[in-house]
Amino acid sequence: MRRIIAALMGTVSGLVMLFSYHTSTNTVAAPAGDSTSDGGATAGSPDTGSVASGSGSADQGAAATDSAPAASGTYTGDAVQTRYGPVQVQITVENGVMTSADAVQYPDRDRRDQQINGYAVPVLNAAAVDAQSAQIDGVSGATFTSMGYVQSLQSAIDEAFQ
Amino acid sequence: MSSALVAPSLIPSGGLPRRAFVEQIMGLPMSIHLRGPRVRGEAVERAVEQAFAELRADDDMFSLWKTDSPVSRIRDGRDTLADAHPRIHEVANLCDIARRRTVGSFSAWLPEADGEIRFDPTGLVKGWSVEQAFRGLVERLRDLGDYDVMINAGGDIAVHSDRIDTPPWSIAVEDPRDRDRVLARMELRTGAVATSGTAARGRHITDPLTGAAVNHLLSATVVGPRLSWADVYATAAFVKGPAALGWLALIPDHAGILVGHDGRVTTVKAGPGVTPTAPAA
Repeated sequence: MRRIIAALMGTVSGLVMLFSYHTSTNTVAAPAGDSTSDGGATAGSPDTGSVASGSGSADQGAAATDSAPAASGTYTGDAVQTRYGPVQVQITVENGVMTSADAVQYPDRDRRDQQINGYAVPVLNAAAVDAQSAQIDGVSGATFTSMGYVQSLQSAIDEAFQ
Repeated sequence: MSSALVAPSLIPSGGLPRRAFVEQIMGLPMSIHLRGPRVRGEAVERAVEQAFAELRADDDMFSLWKTDSPVSRIRDGRDTLADAHPRIHEVANLCDIARRRTVGSFSAWLPEADGEIRFDPTGLVKGWSVEQAFRGLVERLRDLGDYDVMINAGGDIAVHSDRIDTPPWSIAVEDPRDRDRVLARMELRTGAVATSGTAARGRHITDPLTGAAVNHLLSATVVGPRLSWADVYATAAFVKGPAALGWLALIPDHAGILVGHDGRVTTVKAGPGVTPTAPAA
């Protein structure tokens, strides 16, 4: 269990610093803000609540890749108070690495936001999808230049409708 | 890539007229797609051309490559930020808000090669400018009929749908390891998708908190209601690396996809998006 936690922390130290994870067999309290919470939480991010610990200094996955045992499951953090209300995050772990982080408890907001949100859920395909087999209107990717555009899927789509 | 390759994806929605416009602005390909009546008419063309003109005007104002642009003049001390055009003030103000919201992972004040810290709002300007031009276009088109509109500015996308007889826009996220493949798809009627990474452009993204180039991820994609913020958050997520997961999950109305160097793909979703799949369109 200890190794699982170590792996998790290596992967997502920013997240671990914010939440405690409860498993069916064990409860591990996160070492709250032992490193970066001093600057962040207070300097604050009025719009996102106490997300401050994730300063981008996470130990990049090293622990997760080499020491991860085959631990899989879902872990739910404690609710965190934000300016919008309580937020609770659930993470899914497969083979010792985190594969998703979802807010399971979320403050109610006005209907318009919910509508936007309802649409803003990417459907992750289990395997990469061949672009040509899917109906696609737009392709989002790391900024492509005019040169790269010529070979891009977006340029082929654009061409078809010009 | 030939267009034949994507032919199966090009089924027009219910035979509704559709048209794409493409221009190169800010060094980027910018595509605007319209679905609606008279998309080949002059009025529609004028509305689209105005959007491109606004983007070119912002490029003239904010470009760091144009040595006499107002922002270049501020950077080398010929002018001061205090005396700058209101649009530059607005951007500077937004950059400050972005720094707070990203807890320092985004900043317009970065040390440059010579060690000097100069104003560089580039990381925010593109998304902001595209969002503004896009909103203006949506408004102008309303005078002409019901339109669905999409803009793709070098990989960052905004969509809007005023029609009720059309499917949502289908937006794919490129696989940073193989640009002919897509990792994820989402159905969006109104909203934005931005992706940050270094693969396509080969340029470095710097962590403002450390001053060092970051290389934690292959790409970070953020979905949300507004392109300006999706773009800023995608950049910040790329800078934060895996630590972005906990941060993103707490931002209202946004979702994300992070791709690691080992090919691991992690999704982050928030809000009513607790439902695991998109609503049936």
